[in-house]
Amino acid sequence: MPAVSKGDGMRGLAVFISDIRNCKSKEAEIKRINKELANIRSKFKGDKALDGYSKKKYVCKLLFIFLLGHDIDFGHMEAVNLLSSNKYTEKQIGYLFISVLVNSNSDLIRLINNAIKNDLSSRNPTFMNLALHCIANVGSREMAEAFAADIPRILVAGDTMDSVKQSAALCLLRLNRTSPDLVPMGEWTSRVVHLLNDQHLGVVTAATSLITTLAQKNPEEFKTSVSLAVARLSRIVTSASTDLQDYTYYFVPAPWLSVKLLRLLQCYPPPEDAAIRGRLSECLETILNKAQEPPKSKKVQHSNAKNAVLFEAISLIIHHDSEPTLLVRACNQLGQFLQHRETNLRYLALESMCTLASSEFSHEAVKTHIETVINALKTERDVSVRQRAVDLLYAMCDRSNVQQIVAEMLNYLETADYSIREEIVLKVAILAEKYAVDYTWYVDTILNLIRIAGDYVSEEVWYRVIQIVINRDDVQGYAAKTVFEALQAPACHENLVKVGGYILGEFGNLIAGDPRSSPLVQFNLLHSKFHLCSVPSRALLLSTYIKFINLFPEVKGTIQEVLRSDSQLRNADVELQQRAVEYLRLSCIASTDILATVLEEMPPFPERESSILAKLKRKKGPGMVPDIEEGRKDKNVNGGMEPISTNATTKSTPSPSTDLLSLGSSPALSSAPPSSSAGGLLVDVFTENHAPAAPGVPMGPVADDNFSRFVCKNNGVLFENQLVQIGLKSEFRQNLGRMYIFFGNKTSTQFLNFSSSVICQDSLKTQLSIHIKPADPTVDGGAQLQQILNIECVSDFVEAPVLSIQFRYGGTLQNIAVKLPITLNKFFQPTEMTSQDFFQRWKQLSSPQQEVQKIFKAKHSMDTEVTKAKIIGFGVALLDRVDPNPSNFVGAGVIHTKTTQVGCLLRLEPNTQAQVGGPERVLACALACARCRAVPSPNASLSPSLFTDVPSHTTDKQGHCIAAAL
Amino acid sequence: MMRFLLLFSRQGKLRLQKWFTPLVERERKKVVRDMTLMVLGRPPRSCNFLHWKDLKVVYKRYASLYFCCGLDDKDNELLALEVLHRYVELLDKYFGNVCELDIIFNFEKAYFILDEFLMGGEVQETSKVTVAKSIEASDMLQETMEEYMSKPAF
Repeated sequence: MPAVSKGDGMRGLAVFISDIRNCKSKEAEIKRINKELANIRSKFKGDKALDGYSKKKYVCKLLFIFLLGHDIDFGHMEAVNLLSSNKYTEKQIGYLFISVLVNSNSDLIRLINNAIKNDLSSRNPTFMNLALHCIANVGSREMAEAFAADIPRILVAGDTMDSVKQSAALCLLRLNRTSPDLVPMGEWTSRVVHLLNDQHLGVVTAATSLITTLAQKNPEEFKTSVSLAVARLSRIVTSASTDLQDYTYYFVPAPWLSVKLLRLLQCYPPPEDAAIRGRLSECLETILNKAQEPPKSKKVQHSNAKNAVLFEAISLIIHHDSEPTLLVRACNQLGQFLQHRETNLRYLALESMCTLASSEFSHEAVKTHIETVINALKTERDVSVRQRAVDLLYAMCDRSNVQQIVAEMLNYLETADYSIREEIVLKVAILAEKYAVDYTWYVDTILNLIRIAGDYVSEEVWYRVIQIVINRDDVQGYAAKTVFEALQAPACHENLVKVGGYILGEFGNLIAGDPRSSPLVQFNLLHSKFHLCSVPSRALLLSTYIKFINLFPEVKGTIQEVLRSDSQLRNADVELQQRAVEYLRLSCIASTDILATVLEEMPPFPERESSILAKLKRKKGPGMVPDIEEGRKDKNVNGGMEPISTNATTKSTPSPSTDLLSLGSSPALSSAPPSSSAGGLLVDVFTENHAPAAPGVPMGPVADDNFSRFVCKNNGVLFENQLVQIGLKSEFRQNLGRMYIFFGNKTSTQFLNFSSSVICQDSLKTQLSIHIKPADPTVDGGAQLQQILNIECVSDFVEAPVLSIQFRYGGTLQNIAVKLPITLNKFFQPTEMTSQDFFQRWKQLSSPQQEVQKIFKAKHSMDTEVTKAKIIGFGVALLDRVDPNPSNFVGAGVIHTKTTQVGCLLRLEPNTQAQVGGPERVLACALACARCRAVPSPNASLSPSLFTDVPSHTTDKQGHCIAAAL
Repeated sequence: MMRFLLLFSRQGKLRLQKWFTPLVERERKKVVRDMTLMVLGRPPRSCNFLHWKDLKVVYKRYASLYFCCGLDDKDNELLALEVLHRYVELLDKYFGNVCELDIIFNFEKAYFILDEFLMGGEVQETSKVTVAKSIEASDMLQETMEEYMSKPAF
């Protein structure tokens, strides 16, 4: 063994190690170790004092045993004793043992600290280095407390040896990472920065690491390092390969130092000083040029070191994101590497391109490599390279190429390595949602995903598709049709059964008109999968069945029969049994009204961060998922890129579900007779068209997607995009109201200069008085800001105020304008009255100005309980048994304004047989009539002027409000 | 910054472990297990880089030994590969044609050499000459051969 000739090999240790190596079994090894432990214990406990050598040898044996993976519970004291030996090797073994085995809360720490203190002040560079290494290796808080003040002094002292300076710099770095509060830099800062000018390149290397870490936390304080770093880098880059002697590594001058300097510069924006900036650009260009030169050596070490510097330079170029020419050159260079024969370079090129894809200058340039990347996905032999290709496709995806990328990913998924399938599934699901051109494509993609890789489709993915289908009524019919078709396959994945069960349970009615997917066919199809499913899916299907009973009374008998069977009622699984029993009872005893209420269609899910995105983030650990959107610095109003909102506003049709099924219903809207000249307004909210923005108001489009949802309710999510969510909670009493607005920052970055205001246009200024308390100018990442609005209704009004918010996010000013759902009906007070009173007043209100009538098609199936809830939500009192026709709804209330009170009567006449001429039964379509009359409130004095004061548009407003709500 | 450096054999026997951030024993064992499983399972001529949780993993095989390190997300993989190579060069210079057995029997030396080269997960001294010099200097401080031979064998 060569080591013996090298000095201090310990024979006893060597013998012990070979014994262990000769052990034939684990048991024999343990036996030998136990024997040795007993031996060492007896030596340590023996009366005879051990000499330094023996102590060192036994401590070293214990260390060996520990490193083999066995517990060591003694010997620490002996190791600490070795620290104060003046023999270097003994001290060294002592320190090694302490570094490896002593954890920070050991009670020996005081003794250890003493020994370290002695060595630090010994002025012997070798001992000082040992001590500094020990501090860095243990790095505990106690050590930081004891030494944080001494180490900077050692670092900057003029007489410190270079090797000690290096250790001191890195030791300080380590303490700064674990206990930054204990390492006050202040007075040392400028002297530490000047270490960048040191003669000794080893000192500069160590100092650059330290400065980079400190500058990341406190860039302002270390700003002066930029010019020094650029100067140093420039000298290295332009030096001949022999200039730097031993710091040249395989013909590459100081690669470690170069990379560290480039890292340091990544803590800062591009230098402001033009001269420095120019010099840095020259350096970066030189590095890029060198990549094209022929290699100076065939050794892989040469090309690795050279390319390491090149990749770091590219990182800096991407970080600065300011020089288009450099960015494009960087992108071209990476493009070359994409086809390099070295696997490592292809891997790194794919990885770097991911960050390049998020720069607005180079996003397009990256996209030109799409074919190469797709090819890599198909041909790379190494799974980790293919994985980077998937990452890059994910990063370069946008609306223009989403269909191609998603198709390729789905293709790849069929043969992909098992270890990355789940991640690909998540990515496909996210891209499909984020850049969906239309939602039918989205639904198709997800169902495909389940078909190809059902086992890897996590709960989050299918939850998400359901969230989206529930929230988008324009896709519900298509989704029902598509899952129904997908379920026809003889073998389909359980996840598909879950999605199918849920969607048909909610929206099966939308396709029930087609005899090929009649209720019974739907039920039989689902039930044919029932027995192949796991318990949770069966539980879900049972819920679907009870929903079917509500949707389709005609299959009630069949389903009850199934629920009643022994395999359900006496199922061994408690959950299934309970569901079967309860659903059966519910279907037997509950009236259709109660059933309809209990089994009402699921309300829209609150918009929140995609559960899949959250999952991907969790899976990859923090910081691993480049947020495609956030990087791309989008300047559009309302975040702009979210397909969901654009879709909803541009594509909404009055009755999407029936259109999809081509059941041929003419849009009822066109037949709605406008009851007055202002009747156009009635259509506005109903069709969700944008009201043209008033002239002279400097803002972008006003979002009102969710506006109509708030007509009959007071709480919920008003607006949401990639960055922000705006939620509302409000309460109204007579002519006063209070609204709490919650601004949720969905990103991890602070919003700056946040401000919000409420704009009342034109006459609304006098009709509505709104006081808003100023909000904090910053909203932290992930935080929520609350703002309170006090509202007073002065007189009746038509338009809604607009909430306008502004903030700075990632350097871009964001403007968002949303219509605030403050509508006149919020100031209703319900009024009870008898049938006789009601009709008497109704008849009195006969002049055209006092009445508005509106015929419209219901958006959803007419359901008594739902309608009742909406009328109550609208603000009037629902009058029971007032109308002689029991299917009509009647309500009364008083609108309170500051100046006046206006009584209103309302009558809603649903007509469920309205579809004339069609042979099929139309489920989703119903005609109804809303009637609204102004009447004096029974509490108000019956002054005749009350009626004449009421302008006609007030009544119109009520008409269209209720139309929108139903 | 390097988080850890592991040396293990083709059979998955751990030969050296260096942790640059505090981890409890259980976590260390998990890292070692995951690394050996992952790296040893790679087909030959794969690339030298992997992702593991939020770390980059860089590994290279030298004869029967695998050198494997975990890096921060922002670190330079190619340069880490050369850190491993430089360490192998230093071991080679010290032991003279280093082999796995040298590292088994002189594990403490392998740690000392590593300490001269890396500290706190950063490169301390990249010059081979300087590192070799300081290791030799410390060897000069050690006992003489006679002293060594006179000691009992156990």
